[in-house]
Amino acid sequence: MKSFRPYVALGLLTVLLFVLELVTGSTALGVREVWAALVDAPSTDPGVEAVVREVRIPQAITALLAGMGLAIGGLFMQTIFRNPLAGPSVMGVSSGASLGVAIVMLAHPLWASLPIPPDAALMVAAMGGALAVLALVMFADRRLGDGVTLLIVGLLISYLCSALVSVLQATSSAQALQGFVFWGMGSFGGVSSDRLLWLAIPVATTLVVAVFSPKTLNALLLGDDHATTLGVDTRRSRRRLLWITGIVAGAVTACCGPIAFIGMVTPHLARGMFRTNDHRKLIPATVLCGGSLALLCDLIARSDFMGGSLPLNAVTSLLGAPMVAWVLFSGKRWSSSA
Amino acid sequence: MVKLRMNQLLAIEGLIVGHPGVVLVKDVSFTLKAGEVAAIVGVNGSGKSTLLRTVLGLYPPLAGSITIMDEDLASLSVKARSRSIGAVLTGRPRIGAIDVRTVVALGRHPWTGHMGRLSAVDHERVENALTSTGTHDLANRTFDSLSDGEAQKVQLARAVAQDTPVLVLDEPTAHLDVVNRVVLVTLLHEIARSLQRGVLLSTHDLATAMDLCDRILVIHDRTLWSGTPSEARASGILSRAFAADGLRFDPSTSTLRGTSP
Repeated sequence: MKSFRPYVALGLLTVLLFVLELVTGSTALGVREVWAALVDAPSTDPGVEAVVREVRIPQAITALLAGMGLAIGGLFMQTIFRNPLAGPSVMGVSSGASLGVAIVMLAHPLWASLPIPPDAALMVAAMGGALAVLALVMFADRRLGDGVTLLIVGLLISYLCSALVSVLQATSSAQALQGFVFWGMGSFGGVSSDRLLWLAIPVATTLVVAVFSPKTLNALLLGDDHATTLGVDTRRSRRRLLWITGIVAGAVTACCGPIAFIGMVTPHLARGMFRTNDHRKLIPATVLCGGSLALLCDLIARSDFMGGSLPLNAVTSLLGAPMVAWVLFSGKRWSSSA
Repeated sequence: MVKLRMNQLLAIEGLIVGHPGVVLVKDVSFTLKAGEVAAIVGVNGSGKSTLLRTVLGLYPPLAGSITIMDEDLASLSVKARSRSIGAVLTGRPRIGAIDVRTVVALGRHPWTGHMGRLSAVDHERVENALTSTGTHDLANRTFDSLSDGEAQKVQLARAVAQDTPVLVLDEPTAHLDVVNRVVLVTLLHEIARSLQRGVLLSTHDLATAMDLCDRILVIHDRTLWSGTPSEARASGILSRAFAADGLRFDPSTSTLRGTSP
């Protein structure tokens, strides 16, 4: 029973942050008011009900889902590439997704005549961009097989994607550009309640895959050759896990913008808290930490003493960058590689 | 495929190893019996690791057959192979903070279900592997806190827990001091005898191999010579394999010495 306690504590923290996310905002609401709006109590002010149902709840759920999805994606990437600094935003995956989004948002006139719903196009383009980058990184990993070189390859891909985005920006209309720049700052508030499923399905799929993956991920810690002698089809396992990483990173990026650092930092938080690299413990810890961290970042971004509307990416970077430094300086202890 | 005789776990026949277009070792033919420890020796770059990795199925052979427990290795799935042959390869895996017992339990991978949940039998095999490799005292330490010698023994324990008839070890003594080298090879010998496993290892440590192994496989001139240590001494193969200007093999001490004029 004792080993469950930290998970319960972390789960309670997540619930607390979720509730805080519901009650804080431009109009502060009491827990009772929020509850009344949720259960559709007859006394509820229709304005409050609209705010809770159409703004607060979707935003809190989006933050929770995005955090969980990015964190699991980051953990998969760190174990698969044996690199503690791997993560969707670090290795160019978010940039690839951004390029996909830019193509849809900025090069709109090119494909506007095609009968594709814009939201679906955004989603598919982001996933396609993320998967294309992951395929490139995987190819580089097989050829180079070195941690630092691989990070540099990711960086190069990021630069390349950014350059292509700049080209698209230069040729797009002012209105489209404004929308794209706003999206690029990152926000959990852009997903309406009827679009939540678009994010929930990829994240839920990722969580299901994650539940079944500790055995393989632990074997992969020994290195590909040892994992093969233990009966793991390493190529297939890596490919499957990277597919799901690309899909979830693409979906989150399409819905919330390129969120920096959460995917990379969260697995280290989980390792630090639970002092283990055993994926059976790490996966639930990473899921809970990811949800909490995303909610916390959003709370800070929306809090009054920060002016009430800080760009989300500014907050994730302000919190994330020192944490990366901590990962580097604390050295080998919790990370999967030096 | 070769029909195995009694006690034979592994039979290799006419094997050629290397990479496409590059033959490293040809005429590889030998057998490994239960309870036997065989050592592959040869100079750097002679193809020891490639040979071991081919036996493990990590590299495809260029020609020839590998028979393990009456099955053709080439016909076995990755999963089936992992139940016949276990391995400890070079380099210390960077596992991070995982306790030794969990690392050893990774050896049960081929025998557990999707979730990797350990049965009573699995737990028993893990404890037995810890005991037979003398790593029980380390069980609650984390892998990254171990010394190189300890880490190597824990890796061995993981391979023992895998419960395969054949164990392959690539340079298990590479980063160990002279005491730990002898301790490890003696341990391998005990495990081979008591658990009736066949152990195939590669080493640079000629003296330990000659003293403690049942069979010596010498890679020389891109071919494999196979025999007992005393046959190796008598045949002069080691002097030829490790020939270098001003060096000769001294059969009485199993070491290389300078030639006195």
